[in-house]
Amino acid sequence: MPSIPVELPIFILHLLTALLIARLRGLFSAAMLTGIFSLLSCCLFTLMDAVDVAFTEAAVGAGISTVLILGTLALTDREERQRPARALPFVVVIVTGAALIYGTFDMPPFGAADAPIHMHPVVQTFVHGAEHDFHIPNIVTVILASYRGYDTLGETAVIFTAGVGVLLLLVEGKRAGDPPSEPDHGSDGSDVPRDEAA
Amino acid sequence: MIDPTPMRMRDKIVLRVVSKLLIPFILLFGLYVQFHGDFGPGGGFQAGVIFAAGFILYGLIFGLDEVETVVPHRFVEIGSALGVLIYGGVGVVNMMLGANFLDYSVLAHDPAHGRHYGILAIEAGVGLTVFATMMLIFYAFADRGRRPGGAA
Amino acid sequence: MTGLLGLWHYWMIIALMMVGLYIVIARDNLVKKIMGLNIFQTSVILFYVALAKVEGGTAPIIPEGAEHVVYSNPLPHVLMLTAIVVGVATTALGLALCVRIQEAYGSNEEDEIVRMDVEGLARRGDRAESAPHADDVPPEEVPA
Repeated sequence: MPSIPVELPIFILHLLTALLIARLRGLFSAAMLTGIFSLLSCCLFTLMDAVDVAFTEAAVGAGISTVLILGTLALTDREERQRPARALPFVVVIVTGAALIYGTFDMPPFGAADAPIHMHPVVQTFVHGAEHDFHIPNIVTVILASYRGYDTLGETAVIFTAGVGVLLLLVEGKRAGDPPSEPDHGSDGSDVPRDEAA
Repeated sequence: MIDPTPMRMRDKIVLRVVSKLLIPFILLFGLYVQFHGDFGPGGGFQAGVIFAAGFILYGLIFGLDEVETVVPHRFVEIGSALGVLIYGGVGVVNMMLGANFLDYSVLAHDPAHGRHYGILAIEAGVGLTVFATMMLIFYAFADRGRRPGGAA
Repeated sequence: MTGLLGLWHYWMIIALMMVGLYIVIARDNLVKKIMGLNIFQTSVILFYVALAKVEGGTAPIIPEGAEHVVYSNPLPHVLMLTAIVVGVATTALGLALCVRIQEAYGSNEEDEIVRMDVEGLARRGDRAESAPHADDVPPEEVPA
């Protein structure tokens, strides 16, 4: 009797959680389920030896994403309207899924040590460099901060840009000494004054 | 007679006591993850998010005014830009010392130590930006719900 | 055929991707769409991490003094760290847009928003024939 890999029940739970999120009309429950979805993703990442990715997913997905969705739900509708089920999305999804599964037939099996991705010399260079040039145990940090440091600079800039974007969208900038402007019409949140102001 | 005024979160004893016990450990753990990113899983991103989660928990339980007193709006606005500046600044310092952009080996007396210092510096920049941006996004969403013009 | 069975991880991940895709294209509520997008992003990240796994390997952290340890490929892990963080950035921006749309249109359902837009454009077209300088008058929205 072959042993059941431990990822199988977690994958099945994961899929069930995703299907429930699709199904539920109450958005608060769906938000909580996205937290559980993140937790199960974190378990799967750990089982696949991606501990840094699991850490980030746990902190970011289960932590920040859930808070953001709940914060949004406090300001918007809490229930999804009931719609009649249409056939076209199902057809599109099944056709796309079938095409993708057909595409995986050419792939090396899961966990194969001789897959082309592992044979490329750049990986050996990074691992060797982390051990002998850097003397830093966490190879992912070495690659992230040094070998691919430029990408991480761009990533930090992306986070900053997201903060700026949310500021522009949600915070109506009023400094402490400004005179109160006229109330807006509800759609134009930025304070573009009609008359000439500062 | 049942009191009709709803209880605020800070009036609920279990929430208040448990959060007061947990928040110092959350912040300490965030700092641990930041500085031990070299020796185990971790690094700037995770640390920034965990650190922000501690303060967001404080804000959720004790109120937005309290957390805005502890971490002012100005600080998070400046902090999110300062982190990116630190990161880019380390790269520029490398260039001024004669090496390529973001080549840390010139930061200390020998390349291995220089690289270590460089990684610590940029992880600090990344942690600061992530912390400040998460707090900023939380403040933006929470302030929107608080103002009378926003949708309730 | 048993060779194909070694690919079941990828098939489960593709099933997850398709659930995410279905939520994005079939559901009308904007916040639900963003949750579906999150599911889609997470499944793509799972796919890359599954590519990196080596049978018998361990997490890419060099232990003290051990020789000849087989590590799982660390390069996709690095790329996926960036992807997760960029994903949360886009989620935050998308949710901020949802809040603004709710305030402007009074609803978060896509078909109602499109209907209001079309009606507003039709009304503005009628008004423009009578008042040529109606540029900065905001279209009338359905009150929230």
